[in-house]
Formats: sequence, structure tokens, C-alpha cells
Amino acid sequence: MTAQSSITNHQLPITKKIALYLPLTKPSQSGLLLATGVAGYMSAHTPPSLPLLLVMCASLFLAIGGSTILNMWYDHDIDAKMRRTQKRPNASGQLTRAEIFRGGMIASVLGIGWAVAIHPLYGFVVFLGWFFDVVVYTLWLKRRTCWSIVWGGISGAMPILAGRVLAVGEVEIIGLLLAASVLFWIPTHTLTFSIKFFDDYNAAGVPTFPSTYGFETTRAIIALSSIIAAASIGTASVMIGVQAGILRLLIVLSSGLLLLSFATVFRPSERVNFSLFKYASLYMLAAMILLSI
Amino acid sequence: MKMTSLDRILLFLTGILAAYQVAVGVNGLGEGPIIAYTVGFGVLLVAGLLLIILGFEALDSPVVVIVSTVIPLAIALGLVWEHLASFRTSYLVFVIVGFLAVTLTRSIPISGKIPTLVLAVVHGIAGLTIFLLPSILAANGTMKPAFALVGLGGALIGLAGLLLSFLKAGKPIVPRETILKILPSLLLLMTICFVAGFKFG
Repeated sequence: MTAQSSITNHQLPITKKIALYLPLTKPSQSGLLLATGVAGYMSAHTPPSLPLLLVMCASLFLAIGGSTILNMWYDHDIDAKMRRTQKRPNASGQLTRAEIFRGGMIASVLGIGWAVAIHPLYGFVVFLGWFFDVVVYTLWLKRRTCWSIVWGGISGAMPILAGRVLAVGEVEIIGLLLAASVLFWIPTHTLTFSIKFFDDYNAAGVPTFPSTYGFETTRAIIALSSIIAAASIGTASVMIGVQAGILRLLIVLSSGLLLLSFATVFRPSERVNFSLFKYASLYMLAAMILLSI
Repeated sequence: MKMTSLDRILLFLTGILAAYQVAVGVNGLGEGPIIAYTVGFGVLLVAGLLLIILGFEALDSPVVVIVSTVIPLAIALGLVWEHLASFRTSYLVFVIVGFLAVTLTRSIPISGKIPTLVLAVVHGIAGLTIFLLPSILAANGTMKPAFALVGLGGALIGLAGLLLSFLKAGKPIVPRETILKILPSLLLLMTICFVAGFKFG
């Protein structure tokens, strides 16, 4: 960071400074994870408590946002090397590293603390998600092995489990199946991303599946994980007892996901890869809405 | 041609209506029609989402011709299964053979007019079935008058299917720009007709 940008940074009004934290929370990704948490809670189909749902959303958003900000704090050097992320406040110097760390820690402590206060087991699951994301994925494995995404995936699967735990009060098979559906959906999302931005990740020296095992193997893993994700959502839906119409719609949307996954294996192209990347996000959002009905 | 925000909104609404038809609109029907309509409207839903994601470039894919055949075939089969019990088996055979014929003539390079002819015959029969059957059932009082809207949807799907198929076959009936301009509205109008016809008919 230059002296000029440091001076500019200190002169920023507090509201603008806070606004700089927003992109550090990756709003779309955090929003999607929050949606899985809400779906986990609603999937229990217990009489919903709006105040409880609201505090769940707030605590979950703070914990997810906090862990994402800490990820940005640690990965500022990687983000500065990748064209896609160079303009983020952590890479461009709009916020100092100390400020980012403080913001991430405050959000994390508030989110996890609030979650524990709401329900200890719910709080523990939220903490697990934070721990896997910040400690295991970001600090330990991301720069060492492409398999780090499995741990990142486990972290991403925690919000839906947390929501379910808050509603039913225990960790049960449906909650674990829902968590598995997110866990196996995440490679569909992240691996297509690592294919799309292959050069960027290489330039930053981040090990990815395409750079370690090649594109063909990566595409096969995407297809396999899509099948498992769709099967997990389907099984969880049947066990939850969703209406036949909702199940039909889930089957239709899952078929689209599977077809695109197979297309990436047998007819690979930039366009198919991009379609799968976008469709997978839409699919997860739609599945979460359907499970909540 | 670039897809506008309005096009995306129209396609999104088409997808929502198709999703409604899959989830709610076919409740209470027999197993056969439910499967057929789920396939038809399900393909419409997924195709709509892919169009939103990829824009009109998605129409450059060779799969478009096959997909635009599945929708009318499945809906026509559902109608026949529901209302013409004595034709169930023969129509199912036509649907399977028709689908395979379109897929094969689009997958294997065949010179001459055979691919276009196959496409026109399959689309024509499926389109006429969706147009005529509901119209006749509504006219003779077997179904409520609103069921004729399904027939109108059939006419529109026949039109959309033919426009797309001949565009893909390299022999567009009207210029590509015109087709792309009206396609989102046409798909939405068609889906509205289907959903309303099935609900109120």
C-alpha cells in the first residue's frame, strides 16, 4: 500500500469504510450460504418463529461474513496477483490488513457468540463452519493442496446443518443429507470456476484440481459430485416428506444439472463450463426454496 | 443479437410458469400424463434457464433442434394419454420413433431433404395434436371452453418450434433477428396459454 492510499484511507468517513467491507463478505456467496441456512431451518416444517429466524440469519451472516473477511485478510497477496480479484479492497489497499483483520474478527466473534447464545448446539455447528473455513481451509491447506476444497466444502455445508439443528434441536440424518448435498454441490461450483480462471490460479500459485490432475479428471469429478449432490437432495426431500409436485420439480432441476455435468465430460467447452457454473448456483438456490415450502 | 433485460424477464416468467405447471398444474392427473407433462414443461423450464444464462448464443447449439422437439412431443403424448385412451400405445410409439428419428437425422450427417422432412413431419403431427385435440374437446363440451387455450398454446409452440427448427436447419422462414426478437414473448404467451388452459379448462 502506498503512503498516498494510506492517507486517503484514513480520511474516509466511517460509513464509506464500512461499505468497503461489503465486497469482502462476497455478498452473493454469503447470501447463498445464508439461504441454505434458512432452508435447513424451514425444512423441519415446524411452526416457524420469525424472531428466531431473524436472529439466526443475523448470527449466521456475521459468522459467514467474518470468516470470509478473514479469508480475504490472509489471501491479500493471492488476490493481488489475480486479475479477477485485484480490485477488491484487500488487494487494492483501500483497507489496511489490520483493519480487515479487526473487521473479520469482530464479525466472527459476534456471529459465533450470538449463535451460541441462541442455542449451544447450533452455535457449535456455526463455529465448526467458521473453523473449517478459516483455520483448516484458508490458513492450513489452501496453498498446499487442491484437496483443500473438500474442507472448504465441509465449511460451506455447515449453515444448512446449523439451520436444521436450530429447528429440530439435534444433528440427525436429514440434516447430514442436506449438508452432504451442499458439500457435493460445492465442487460443481468451485471446480468449474477453477477451470474458467485456470491461468489466474496458476499465476497466483494456488493448487487446483485442473492444475494437479488435468481438465479431464476435474470434469469427471464435477459430474460425479453433481450426481451425489442431486441424489442427496432427492433423498433428503423424500425423507422430509415434500409434496409430490415439489419432488417432480426437484427431479427436473436435478436432471438439468446432471445433463450439464455430463456435457462438461463428453462435450467440454467454455460455454458448457460457464452454463454449469451459473446453473449450479441457480439450482442450489431453487432447491433451497423448494425445501422450505 | 444481444439479449435484453426484458427478454430475460420474459424468459424468467416463462420458467416460473413452467415450474408451476410441473409442481402444481398436473396434480390429480394419471401417472402417464403427469410423466409426459413433467418432461415437456421440465424441458421448457431448463431450456428457459439456459437461455437466460447463455443468451441467444445458446440457440447455436445443435441440441436445440432436439430439445425443441421434446417439448411438443411430450405435451402431445400427455394429452393423448389423458383424452384418447385407445390411441395411447400407438401415439407412444410415434413419440419414441419420432424423437429417435429427429435425434438420428441431426446426429448423423445425411444429405438431401430427409432431416428437414423428418423434422417437419414430427413437429407437424405433434403440433396438430396439441392444437386440434384440446380445441375439439372444448368445442364438443367434453372439456370447459377454457381448455381451448391449450390448443392455442399448441399453435404457438408449433410456430416457435418450426421457426427454431428451420433456423437451425439453415433455412429460416423469417430472418434470424426477427425470430430472436419475438421468441421470448412467444414462449411466455405459449406457456400462459398452456397453464391457463390446464387450470381453467
